[in-house]
Amino acid sequence: MSASLVIAGREFRSRLIIGTGKYKTYEENARAAEAAGAEMVTVAVRRVNLTDRDKPMLVDFLDPKKYVYLPNTAGCFTADDAIRTLRLAREAGGWSLVKLEVLADQKTLYPEMEETLKAAKLLIKDGFEVMVYCSDDPVYARKLEDAGCAAIMPLGSLIGSGLGILNPVNIRLIVEQSKVPVIVDAGVGTASDAAVAMELGCDGVLMNTAIAEAKDPILMASAMKHAVIAGREAYLAGRMAKKRYADPSSPLAGLI
Amino acid sequence: MELIINGESARYDGLRTVSDLVAALGLEPKKLAVELNRAIVPKSAYGATPLSNGDTLEIVHFVGGG
Repeated sequence: MSASLVIAGREFRSRLIIGTGKYKTYEENARAAEAAGAEMVTVAVRRVNLTDRDKPMLVDFLDPKKYVYLPNTAGCFTADDAIRTLRLAREAGGWSLVKLEVLADQKTLYPEMEETLKAAKLLIKDGFEVMVYCSDDPVYARKLEDAGCAAIMPLGSLIGSGLGILNPVNIRLIVEQSKVPVIVDAGVGTASDAAVAMELGCDGVLMNTAIAEAKDPILMASAMKHAVIAGREAYLAGRMAKKRYADPSSPLAGLI
Repeated sequence: MELIINGESARYDGLRTVSDLVAALGLEPKKLAVELNRAIVPKSAYGATPLSNGDTLEIVHFVGGG
C-alpha cells in the first residue's frame, strides 16, 4: 500500500485498527490481529478483578510492544468520566495517544457531540493526542479538528450494528475538509463496507464486531486486511466515471 | 483499616502505603493505574503515598474493548 498512515507523528503501515472486545478468547483475538495485519488495537480501561486474579490478561496475548494500545472511553456518557478514564489509561500505559468516545445513550451508543467536543478540548490541553469517535456531521468534525484532535473518526453506522456506511456523502465531505486522518469507526459489517470507506478516501478503518462476531474471525480479519488495501488502492487509482448506457470494451472496427 | 477498593469495602491490616496494598493484593504495578480518593497516584509515588481508614481506591488495567 502506498505511503503510510501518520497519526500524531506516529507512522503505521496498516490502515486497519481493530478492537479487542467480544472475542471468545484473547488467544483468538491475537490470531485475528495477526491475520488483520493490525499495528494498533483499541483497549478498554476497567477495574482489576480482585477476587479472581488468575483470569487471562490482555497484555499476555497482545504484546503492547508489538501493538500500539489505543485506550478508549467506551461506556463513558459524560466528558468528566471520559477524562477520568483516559488519565488512568495514561498512568497505566504511559502514553498519551487515546481514543475518545462520549456516548449519548445505551440504545444507540451514538456520540454525544457536545460532551465529546468539551472532553477533547480539555484532554488536548492536558497533553493528550486525541483520536475522536464522532457523528458523521461535517460541522462537528471541523470543530474537533480545530480543537486539535489527531484523527477524526466518524461512525459508518451504529457501534456493533454491521450496517455499513450509511451516509457516504457525509463521510466524503469530512474527508475533503480534514487535514488530519479520517478513520471510519463503527458500523462496518463485512469486507465490502471497509472497501467502501477506503474508496471514499478515508485514511483508515477501525472495527471490532465485524471481525469478532464473524463465524470465522481469523478469516474475516484477513478479508478486512485485503478490503482495506483494495479500497485504498482503488481510491488512489481513481475510479472510472459512471455512465448510463453500455460502452463496449472490444473495438467496433473490424467486426465480421 | 477499612478501605473501599473498586467499589467493595474490606478490612486491610498492616498496610501503610499504596505500595503495601498493591503488594498485598499480589498485583503487578507495571500494568496498573491507581486512583486514591479520585486523584491518580503516579507509580513512582506508591511507596510515599500513605493510606488512611475510609480511603476509596480504584485499581484499573487494560482489558479487551472496541
